[in-house]
Amino acid sequence: MARFAALVGGLLGATAAHAIDLPEDRAEALIHTYSGGGVNAYGPALLVRKNIADRFALTGTYYLDAVSNASIDVVTTASKYKETRNEFGLSADYVYRDSQITIGATTSREPDYTANAGSVDVTQEVFGGMTSVSLGFTRGADKVGKHNAPEFSDTARHWQYRLGISQILTPRWIMSANVEALSDDGYLGSPYRSARVFGAFVPERNPRTRSARAMKLRLIGDLGSRDSIQASYRYFTDTWDIKAHTAELGYSRYFGDAFLADTFLRYYTQKHALFYSDNAQTETVFVSRNRQLSTFNSIGLGAKLSWTVKKVPGKYDVKLNGAYEYVHFKYSDFTDVRTGGAYAFNASVVQLFVTATY
Amino acid sequence: MRRLVVAALSLALLGGCALKPIEPWVKPYERERLADPIMKFSRGSLAEKHVEHIRDVREGARGATGVQGGGCGCN
Repeated sequence: MARFAALVGGLLGATAAHAIDLPEDRAEALIHTYSGGGVNAYGPALLVRKNIADRFALTGTYYLDAVSNASIDVVTTASKYKETRNEFGLSADYVYRDSQITIGATTSREPDYTANAGSVDVTQEVFGGMTSVSLGFTRGADKVGKHNAPEFSDTARHWQYRLGISQILTPRWIMSANVEALSDDGYLGSPYRSARVFGAFVPERNPRTRSARAMKLRLIGDLGSRDSIQASYRYFTDTWDIKAHTAELGYSRYFGDAFLADTFLRYYTQKHALFYSDNAQTETVFVSRNRQLSTFNSIGLGAKLSWTVKKVPGKYDVKLNGAYEYVHFKYSDFTDVRTGGAYAFNASVVQLFVTATY
Repeated sequence: MRRLVVAALSLALLGGCALKPIEPWVKPYERERLADPIMKFSRGSLAEKHVEHIRDVREGARGATGVQGGGCGCN
């Protein structure tokens, strides 16, 4: 107890003259593509960030996703479709001494799905700037519709509560721990998706509530020759009985003054939801054949190259960036009804973007 | 007797530690390396947001990524 009191005393007593600095003004333009498993999605995204009076910053984002979907679910139980999703975001940061408050709102629109969300995040630096504590909350509200079925209309609500701590360990190592509690309520499935019961396709039936917990640990170390190593692990569990583990390992290195390369390896694995079934052999209240709720694992291997085209120290810099990720998904209990075997597919993610700070 | 002395010494040592507050051991001037972009948990927000969205719509797990905001808007 005495040691705890001393630690708290040290935390509060360490009032070094330190303050959070707002990041620089920034603009980003991104072209993104995803292709895999019969789904192609691409589009542009923009971000502009502007500081006002050294204490406020405003950030605006726009994101477009043009999706053409011929995934295995679509080709086996429905027909191929195309649709566009537009997302707008606006956020404001306010910095006062060792604290930063961020308030944000996003709206996302598809022809049959509208999602609005608002969030508040507070970060406080303590212990002479060696520790940073953050708290955040997001509240979302969605409207769910269905093409050519005006009689179908439902809603979903989301709550997310997060807590994070990042800690400087040594002049070369830093770690962070994040926890998040998530709650969802309402229509949590897809009106187009089918489940399979006794071999026959029927509309899926999902519970209308879901609570989840996620915990993530990260570590970054400077290796000494203008390079660094990153490692992270996340555990996720929810009331639908999904349990997931994510592990990631990364390495970053500068080449000369103009190039920065990043590589990473990511492994994800999850156990299926209680009511997930590839082909249910009993009648149950809830039943789903959503691959997202099945038992599967994925391995992703990615690389990114960033080229500083022009840099005027203290004034501006412009970077050209390219990133590629290859992901292999392997499902344990989702049968490809076309072949009779377990389903698997590969996906590619490509990003080309320009970033400028000024 | 010996046990008692050891116990008394341990207590004294523990008490001594407890009285001294823990100071930040990495001083601001030692944090130059930590300020480099390769030491950041998050860089380039749009690219991260895109990857986050791709994972959100394909994986059962979500959250605790350290990325602010949220609201996936996907079904």
